[in-house]
Amino acid sequence: MDHILSVVLWTPLAGLLVLLAIPSSNARAIKLWANIASFIGFLVCLPLVFGYDRTLDFQFVEKANWIPSIGASYHLGIDGFGLLLVVLTGLLSFLSILSSWNAITVRLKEYYAHFLLLEFACMGVFMALDFFLFFVFWELVLVPMYFIIAIWGGPRRVYSAIKFVIFTLFGSILMLLGILTLYYQHYRQFQVLTFDINDLIRTSVPPEMQWWIFWALFIGFAVKVPMFPLHTWLPDAHTEAPTAGSVILASVLLKMGTYGLIRFSLPLLPDAAKDPTVVSVVAALSIIAIVYGALVCLMQKDWKKLVAYSSVSHMGFCTLGIIAMNPAGLSGSILQQINHGISTGMLFLIVGVVYERRHTRMIAEYSGLLRAMPVLTIVFLITAMSSMGLPPLNGFIGEITILRGAYEVSLGWAFACVAGIALGAAYLIWLFQRTMLGEITEKNAGLRDLSFREIAYFAPLLVWAFWIGLYPKPFFDILERPVAQIVERVQPGYYAERNLPNPLGTPSPAARLTGGSGSQ
Amino acid sequence: MNFLDSIWLIPLFPLFGAVVMLLMGRRLDPQPASPVAVASGVGDAPDAHGHGHGERHASAHDAAPGHGHEAHHGAGSRALVSLLCPGMVLLSLIFTIGAVAQLAATSERVHQVIKYTWITGLPFQLQDGSLARFGADLGFLLDPLSAVMTLVVTFVGFLIHVYSIGYMGHETGYYRFFAYMNLFVFFMLTLVLANNYLLLFVGWEGVGLCSYLLIGFYFHKKSAGDAGKKAFVVNRIGDAGFIVGMLLMFSVVGTVRFVDVNQAFGGMSPETGFGVLSAMALLLFIGATGKSAQVPLYTWLPDAMEGPTPVSALIHAATMVTAGVYMVARSNVLYQLTPETSGIVAAIGAFTAILAASIALVQNDIKRVLAYSTVSQLGFMFMAAGVGAYWVAIFHLYTHAFFKALLFLGSGSVIHAMSGEQDIRRMGGLKDKIPITHWTMFVASLAIAGIPGLAGFFSKDEILWQAWSSPLGSKAVWAVGTVTAFMTAFYMWRLMYLTFYGRSRVAPEVAAHVHESPATMTVPLTILAAGSALAGWIGVPKLWTMFGDGFRTFEHWLEPVFASGAAHAAAAAHGEAHHDTSIEWLLMGLSVLIALLGIVLARYLYSVNTAAPDAIQRASGPLYGVLSNKWYVDEIYDFLFINGLSKGGGRVLSRFDNRIVDGGVNGAGWMTRLAATVSGFWDTWVVDGSIRLLAFGVKVASYPMRLLQSGYVQSYAFVIVVGVAVALGYYLTR
Repeated sequence: MDHILSVVLWTPLAGLLVLLAIPSSNARAIKLWANIASFIGFLVCLPLVFGYDRTLDFQFVEKANWIPSIGASYHLGIDGFGLLLVVLTGLLSFLSILSSWNAITVRLKEYYAHFLLLEFACMGVFMALDFFLFFVFWELVLVPMYFIIAIWGGPRRVYSAIKFVIFTLFGSILMLLGILTLYYQHYRQFQVLTFDINDLIRTSVPPEMQWWIFWALFIGFAVKVPMFPLHTWLPDAHTEAPTAGSVILASVLLKMGTYGLIRFSLPLLPDAAKDPTVVSVVAALSIIAIVYGALVCLMQKDWKKLVAYSSVSHMGFCTLGIIAMNPAGLSGSILQQINHGISTGMLFLIVGVVYERRHTRMIAEYSGLLRAMPVLTIVFLITAMSSMGLPPLNGFIGEITILRGAYEVSLGWAFACVAGIALGAAYLIWLFQRTMLGEITEKNAGLRDLSFREIAYFAPLLVWAFWIGLYPKPFFDILERPVAQIVERVQPGYYAERNLPNPLGTPSPAARLTGGSGSQ
Repeated sequence: MNFLDSIWLIPLFPLFGAVVMLLMGRRLDPQPASPVAVASGVGDAPDAHGHGHGERHASAHDAAPGHGHEAHHGAGSRALVSLLCPGMVLLSLIFTIGAVAQLAATSERVHQVIKYTWITGLPFQLQDGSLARFGADLGFLLDPLSAVMTLVVTFVGFLIHVYSIGYMGHETGYYRFFAYMNLFVFFMLTLVLANNYLLLFVGWEGVGLCSYLLIGFYFHKKSAGDAGKKAFVVNRIGDAGFIVGMLLMFSVVGTVRFVDVNQAFGGMSPETGFGVLSAMALLLFIGATGKSAQVPLYTWLPDAMEGPTPVSALIHAATMVTAGVYMVARSNVLYQLTPETSGIVAAIGAFTAILAASIALVQNDIKRVLAYSTVSQLGFMFMAAGVGAYWVAIFHLYTHAFFKALLFLGSGSVIHAMSGEQDIRRMGGLKDKIPITHWTMFVASLAIAGIPGLAGFFSKDEILWQAWSSPLGSKAVWAVGTVTAFMTAFYMWRLMYLTFYGRSRVAPEVAAHVHESPATMTVPLTILAAGSALAGWIGVPKLWTMFGDGFRTFEHWLEPVFASGAAHAAAAAHGEAHHDTSIEWLLMGLSVLIALLGIVLARYLYSVNTAAPDAIQRASGPLYGVLSNKWYVDEIYDFLFINGLSKGGGRVLSRFDNRIVDGGVNGAGWMTRLAATVSGFWDTWVVDGSIRLLAFGVKVASYPMRLLQSGYVQSYAFVIVVGVAVALGYYLTR
């Protein structure tokens, strides 16, 4: 159990090594092995779930020297937030590999290798407690994703892949600058070179410097989220990527941005995060994203592009919850990130299903699919309901919690959110109507309904959507402590001021540093 | 059996039916192979709103009514569907009756069953410093109010399910219809049995979803899909208000559980001016205007008539659309704290009532008349709620469920008989051809018009009286209500005369097929007719002292829920003492007179002097056009919100996104490429050029030397020999 995180992290890479040994000519073996490997990759996540202790902070911690000369270490650990994202990554990686069975026909070995590498890198991002290690994984994600878009993508794949990489790199460089500033600031104070977050968090950074570091990190993360106006890589990348690529991109990669904001920006730079200008800019950008993304959705002719823009709108909710910086906002935001992973993942899978059959993404090409594909229609309906936040499905729980957090800060924010909710219903129901209802056209009449394999990759996501919708308690329970840590860090005394029970027990802002890691 | 603790089962029965249907329905009810066959009947229907029941139905009609489907499908293949789905609702009804009977026996008459904590939210502090949690149970509450609602939903729901067996018998997607219907009943029961606002909201959204699915049941028709979408989106706008209202409620009282909310509000004093409570009440009411089709969000309901007629009866008349009234009644303590909001509720109700009634005067589609009538009647209910007479609002909801469900089902029977025709101008003289339908609708039309003794009279008259006499009421509301009552009697009897009496205007090819509906349809009609006639007798006016207290059971039953309202009533009663009962008798007489006048006028115009309506239409000038175009509200909304705000905004922003935001990105890319090209040029010709120039120089300079480098061994040997010879010569000759 001591190295369970390493096991989770390295399993996909081990799977990749075995994959390389399989001859390229044996397509079936490659597919089979990739599915098995990613399924094992998911299974090894489960001990984390059962072994997780919600009274502790970072757990399953592993620490080893890596590059001592610059103070970089192999430091892994997860809290409740990391746990959810790791499980999400494990599940979605498996499902997207499963969904590729028939969709990918060329260069199978490279394709699956890239996917396993991507899983490895994403896992690393969500586990790293060392800023250097985090950055390495962060950049590593780009490589397989670039190739997945550029090789197996649609007609404009090269443009989109390059746009995606350049955009992210541009953000990453600013982020690196931020990290290094923090690193040297720490060195100046303690004369110790370290990238360890537990150490960096103790650095006292002058407010002016915090401000600059915050924006540097923020741009890095905002590109990934993506936040308006840094979002335009997303529709292109999503549209051109193969289905499984879009699924991973939406469900997992976008979460890296919000993860970074919550894990690094808020706790490391609490003063900057509280700055009224920062709060109002981030909130304004989030609200713009919510409404703007939804309105732009209404105009899309391309099914996949519509789903892509809906991500902009949905992730706006997540960033708004983050910047509310209160327990409801943060836990709602985290839950909504998971919800977005589930529902948008499914929306992309649905596009993939029809694309595999018709080889077009144009909404106008589809009509009356209910007649030919009733099972898909039910799946799509539930997915749309989940995505637009209709109770008793998962989206509702996330949205209402975020709203509650936003409302605590400002009634105006809450009103902006509900506008997004109403518009969300409009574009999704319109999409549903144009594709599933209406008279069936000749071209669609013969379409096959979902196969067993296709149902298999929708089923776990549907179950998860209902679970969160009907019984979200376990999720809020494991998030209580991580969220409280951040709230106490950003707004010390938040709980005490309001006479609220502090989930941490003692209101010590630095408690998260020591919890479980023993690195003091 | 303890039904009281089993109330959580009541919604689950229909859920079970729905799940079974959705998972296995296709096997129980095989679909025809050709998808095109289903679509054919629609396009050529004479009316644009023809409901798709049309011609394929007519073709099935040579077989005995109600058995036609067996020609298409294996006999009994649908029997299980027909048995299971209504059966599930019947089970719910039985459990409800059991539970209500047991509830009546308890002293406090409130029973909560909390299954588990659904949302355990985060703690936060209230304004008074106490601690609250943002959360909600999965819990159910049976009290007199939810008892009435549950009984209405399960009873009317069951009858409509039975009716649907006959009505939908010829349709493809029979199982799908029942799956949606059962799912609807599940959500509706969740709505009325929920013990908190959040769970109520689950039902609220769920019934909206089912309404969407059922309006779009004939999904291959674009108009049906559009109507469903409109209903859904308009409702979502209302929901947005509802959600914020709930958040406000959380932050003020720290809970959304009805019992606790009412207790918390019970301790507060009425708000003066427009404060947080008024905002909350208003936001919740915005939700109600969406769900219950009030101004300004009523436009979806008439379009919702695209759905099959049983859907219109169940969802868009008897149950779902009354959810807003139920919610306001449920929040009565809050509304009593905010007299100004109550005033708004009454005003919106009154305005909606008269607006919708005025539109109903000139509609020619039988279902549209009824749809506007529903909007108008819902306005009456809000009028009652707005003046503080909550029990009357619920009373009218209850009587309306009978007669309006009956009117819709009756119209469905007419449409069934007319092979899909919905235009009342092409009917007439049907009285003797479909006698049961006629007589049941006759009763319902008298009831809705407000003829004494029938259900509608008691509730409507009480509303008008309350509007007049309640401290929150006003003479203006009463006047609007009375005019609306007159319009109601007129448009209902216009419909009756055009449909059933006078000369037949039925197209000859249709006339041959006119027939009475099967027993599955007529029996529910008859039961509902009995209900429309008798249901009001549990709420007779106080004035009718010859009837004992037993005839006022309804008010007494609801007293615990509207307890603080009863205090109001007591205050009102105190005021009442000053005027003598003659005014009340007078007003009652007036409302009866007006109902009769409406009926007589309708008879004169549509039965006696049939040329008059056209003359009036010509004389009224543009007014008729405005009315028949529904005051152009749809067009205005389309222009402002659909095309203007949503599509226009979307188009502008989409362009903005492509050209400006992404344009900036691509521009940056272009600039980079330009810089790269310039750099490349510079690098190739200047930086690298100088290197290459240098290399060239060296090359040129080395040219003479290269001449010697011939690579021939002989020449090297020759040079060596010559060199050696020269060297030797030099040393030797020195």
